[in-house]
Amino acid sequence: MTSDDGDRPYDVQPGDDVHPGKPVTVDRYTVGARINHWITAVSLVLLALSGLSMFHPSLFFLTVLFGGGQWTRAIHPWIGVVLFFSFAGLFIRFWKANLWRSEDNTWLRRIRDVLAGDEEKLPELGKYNAGQKFVFWGMSALIIILIGSGIVVWDEYFYPFTSIEQKRIAILVHAAAAVVIICVWIVHVYAAIWVRGTIGAMTKGRVTGGWAWRHHRKWLRELVGKRVVGKTSAS
Amino acid sequence: MFPPIPNPPVAPTSPGFSDKDLIRRSASSVPAPATRQTEVAKLIDVSKCIGCKACQAACIEWNDTHQAIGVNVGVYDNPADLTPEMFTLMRFSEWENPQTNNLEWLIRKDGCMHCEDPGCLKACPAPGAIVQYANGIVDFVHDNCIGCGYCVKGCPFDIPRISKVDHKAYKCTLCSDRVAVGQGPACQKACPTQAIVFGTKDEMKEWADFRIKDLKSRGFENAGLYDPPGVGGTHVMYVLHHADKPEIYANLPRNPTISPLVELWKGVGKYVGLGVMGLAAAAAVVHHLVAGANRVSPEDEANAEKLTEGRHS
Repeated sequence: MTSDDGDRPYDVQPGDDVHPGKPVTVDRYTVGARINHWITAVSLVLLALSGLSMFHPSLFFLTVLFGGGQWTRAIHPWIGVVLFFSFAGLFIRFWKANLWRSEDNTWLRRIRDVLAGDEEKLPELGKYNAGQKFVFWGMSALIIILIGSGIVVWDEYFYPFTSIEQKRIAILVHAAAAVVIICVWIVHVYAAIWVRGTIGAMTKGRVTGGWAWRHHRKWLRELVGKRVVGKTSAS
Repeated sequence: MFPPIPNPPVAPTSPGFSDKDLIRRSASSVPAPATRQTEVAKLIDVSKCIGCKACQAACIEWNDTHQAIGVNVGVYDNPADLTPEMFTLMRFSEWENPQTNNLEWLIRKDGCMHCEDPGCLKACPAPGAIVQYANGIVDFVHDNCIGCGYCVKGCPFDIPRISKVDHKAYKCTLCSDRVAVGQGPACQKACPTQAIVFGTKDEMKEWADFRIKDLKSRGFENAGLYDPPGVGGTHVMYVLHHADKPEIYANLPRNPTISPLVELWKGVGKYVGLGVMGLAAAAAVVHHLVAGANRVSPEDEANAEKLTEGRHS
């Protein structure tokens, strides 16, 4: 079921650890990673709210959250800059564990079992499953598209550098990418809610052993194997 | 000579139109009844313009703008482009007529065309920041402007300019305040040659016909009216002596329309966008109702405990 690279530690990350007990607890995110994540999360939500207020007239009322239309227009790009650098931090932390693995193809082929929650029919997975990797790489690509197109329409500082036609293309791309990233965000938040026990990973930094066994068994085995002397973790 | 507009009466006059006479309002709908008034128009007869810039001076004076003193960039255009303080601009082009080998000095008074279908208004996200009055004048309401620059992207003529001072969009108002009390725009009032005339749109078309016939009789066989249908016609029109080649007049667009990119973005795009996001959220809710929560079982916990047995902590 697992691929040959199952024995080789590949996605245990700094700070990941397992603590025996009843129940077993597993450290999944360091305090730095969590702060980094929540800065990104707050930025993304603020960007979505301020962006949507300028996207559809029925949502213009959202500008009151930012102190009115002028403030919304002025602050939106700056939040974008915060998000870009904050996400860059997450990217550096997580990219390695999000590299595509052969079991991810199997996981995708059995997407019906995934959606049904039949995880016993799925291959053992490392720290992230293919869905999480989609969210990671999707966010990465979309944030690059959004910051790039956003700079083109950031008239305050960048107006003279592009033509009006280029700005028209940029704003359309920006709006389309924003719609997609909001959908990716919905998938991300929903998955965290649907898979119970997940949110603690980003609040307290840890999950239970059962959660890790159920959803990321390969990662758990690797964590256990890391510390167990003379005992192999491979199945 | 076109009959001049009489001076205003000394007694206070109630305005002929106001913010209660809107036919379009950006990012919002117009309260009924949105009845149409007689359409007005400004006609700029390029063939009569002598390039004196009295219109620019009158515009600055009436609108109380303060265009910074610029530098000579080698052409007569002054300032070099429209600015938040300069709503109208004489654009000078030198054109060699291939038929006559004559050098023609073309002078076009650039500024807002007051489109019947305004791209700026279509693109504007701020409710009521751009309005179209029942007589066709397109005006910016600065109190509602958020300075996003979407109007710049919506405009097929590259007219609106965003102020670096108050971050609001500016352009020609067609002197809506003057027109409301029966006056013509300041530029029209100041024009010494009647290259600018103002009246109802029908009157202006009629006057243009007269001018075009006159020009044709003088050998300008392609003289014609510029009232581009791609934006539903405009409330600022040109008489051009070479109407077959509008580009020679400082790149006046041949067939201006609202960019399809803007139509897509602020047309169907905004509904599709909301729809897609709504569907994603709905799919999540439905999935949860159908599949239920994905919970960790006691066996999962037991397996994890078994796995960690004998492990050094």
